[in-house]
Amino acid sequence: MNKHPHVGAATKLKVDIEEKSFRSSNGEAITVLQNLHFEVAQNEFACIVGPSGCGKTTTLRILLGLDTDYRGTMQLSGLAHPRIGAVFQEPLLLPWRSVEQNVRLALPDHLKDTNLDALLSTLGLSRMRTFYPGELSLGLARRAAIARALAIEPDILVLDEPFVSLDEPTAQQLRHLLMGVWAERPTTALMVTHNIREAILLSDRIIVLSHRPAHVIGTFDIKLPRQSRTEQAKRDILRSFLDRFPDGGA
Amino acid sequence: MTDPALISNFQTGKGGGSRHHWSSVTMGCISFAVLLVAWHIGASLWPSRSLPAPLLVLQAFLRETASGDMGYHLGMTLWRVAASFFLAMLIGSAIGVALGRHRGADRFFNPWVILFLNIPALVIIVLAYIWFGLNEAAAIGAVALNKIPNVVVTMREGARALDERYGEMAKIYRFGRMDRLRHILLPQLQPFIAAASRSGISLIWKIVLVVELLGRANGVGFQINLFFQLFDVAAILAYTLAFVAVMLLIELVLVQPLEQTSTRWRRHEA
Repeated sequence: MNKHPHVGAATKLKVDIEEKSFRSSNGEAITVLQNLHFEVAQNEFACIVGPSGCGKTTTLRILLGLDTDYRGTMQLSGLAHPRIGAVFQEPLLLPWRSVEQNVRLALPDHLKDTNLDALLSTLGLSRMRTFYPGELSLGLARRAAIARALAIEPDILVLDEPFVSLDEPTAQQLRHLLMGVWAERPTTALMVTHNIREAILLSDRIIVLSHRPAHVIGTFDIKLPRQSRTEQAKRDILRSFLDRFPDGGA
Repeated sequence: MTDPALISNFQTGKGGGSRHHWSSVTMGCISFAVLLVAWHIGASLWPSRSLPAPLLVLQAFLRETASGDMGYHLGMTLWRVAASFFLAMLIGSAIGVALGRHRGADRFFNPWVILFLNIPALVIIVLAYIWFGLNEAAAIGAVALNKIPNVVVTMREGARALDERYGEMAKIYRFGRMDRLRHILLPQLQPFIAAASRSGISLIWKIVLVVELLGRANGVGFQINLFFQLFDVAAILAYTLAFVAVMLLIELVLVQPLEQTSTRWRRHEA
């Protein structure tokens, strides 16, 4: 199953943010992150949960290199220029390019002519290659964004609430699709979510953040392999998670 | 795996659109015909050398075409229009985008833009001929310089309206410079480029005529000056209408189809 030469070379992420603050227009400084330290092991799927507005998205923006105004370090060990596959709340596809062009444009040079058939077919996008994003539903556009993030064979996959504002059956279908493609080529992944059940379904590890200024309250490891996570098992995991974090990270 | 229910309704009626297109073309033809008839009636009621009938203008057109003058002078003017148009669009877009992206630079250079917007075309042309001589470069440069401030203003608006998130996406996925230009910047600026071109091409050809009248030995503007001295209104109208027709043709066969292709993705937007 494993055709990709990069597998096994995935990176370990180490986040050490001393402080990150924003300055509002009237000059007031708001500290969003303080002493935020966590690590994600190689090929581990980690979820970040926390109250809304606590700085989860800010953490991801720092990781993506979009925000460089902070004190601290962010390391992806072993790589000077790691490739990052990102899926945002909004799919952020270029509306003036087709689904396939959107995916191909993101590919690094050595993958420019790669065959996308398998990936697009796993994600159910084979017949939508030539469609423009405006012709797709939100669910399909998210799939295209996931295809783009995975096609580049990323060193780390970053997901910011990729299943939010979808109806539950569509979201569930998409979670299983993501798991399917991720299982074919595991990579280090970090996902922000509000949904504990979703985190329990997908992740190896849940990182719980505090209210602003955010720091890690604790982490919750899920040792049970994903295929063994039956409904009953997930209920048990949820109960023990809520025992440790009574307000459920929300 | 594909779920048809997930595809939004992308089939919009195309028949209605093309029927609308044809009826507007017919309407345009009828409208022109009415104008022509009114002109003919007017010229017949008050016969005068200063208002020749349409048929006399046609005769002048055929005479000039047969001698080869029409083609030559139209060609010269068209080349000047094209050269100054591309020069103005290129330089104006670069400046406009730069000003739209950098607030400080915009605050500093905005008075310059206003100044150049308000200098009369004639002044720029005369000064260009005085400073750089009666040559082709001065002529084309003067026309471009007249148009650049308008392009700057339009493209500055375009640059202010750019969606940062696409740029961030391009940064994360490490798009190269050319890819950013072709796939991120230009598609977002396209409506502004179209607006600047539209208003630009009609303004430019009028200024080109003045430039030719003042300092060139060929082109439609030069011919109009010649026939003005001969008081040959039929020939003046023949040259003017011929060039208007050429510009209309460019609009129909070049500008509109190009715009259709570049906005294809918008057509089905849900």
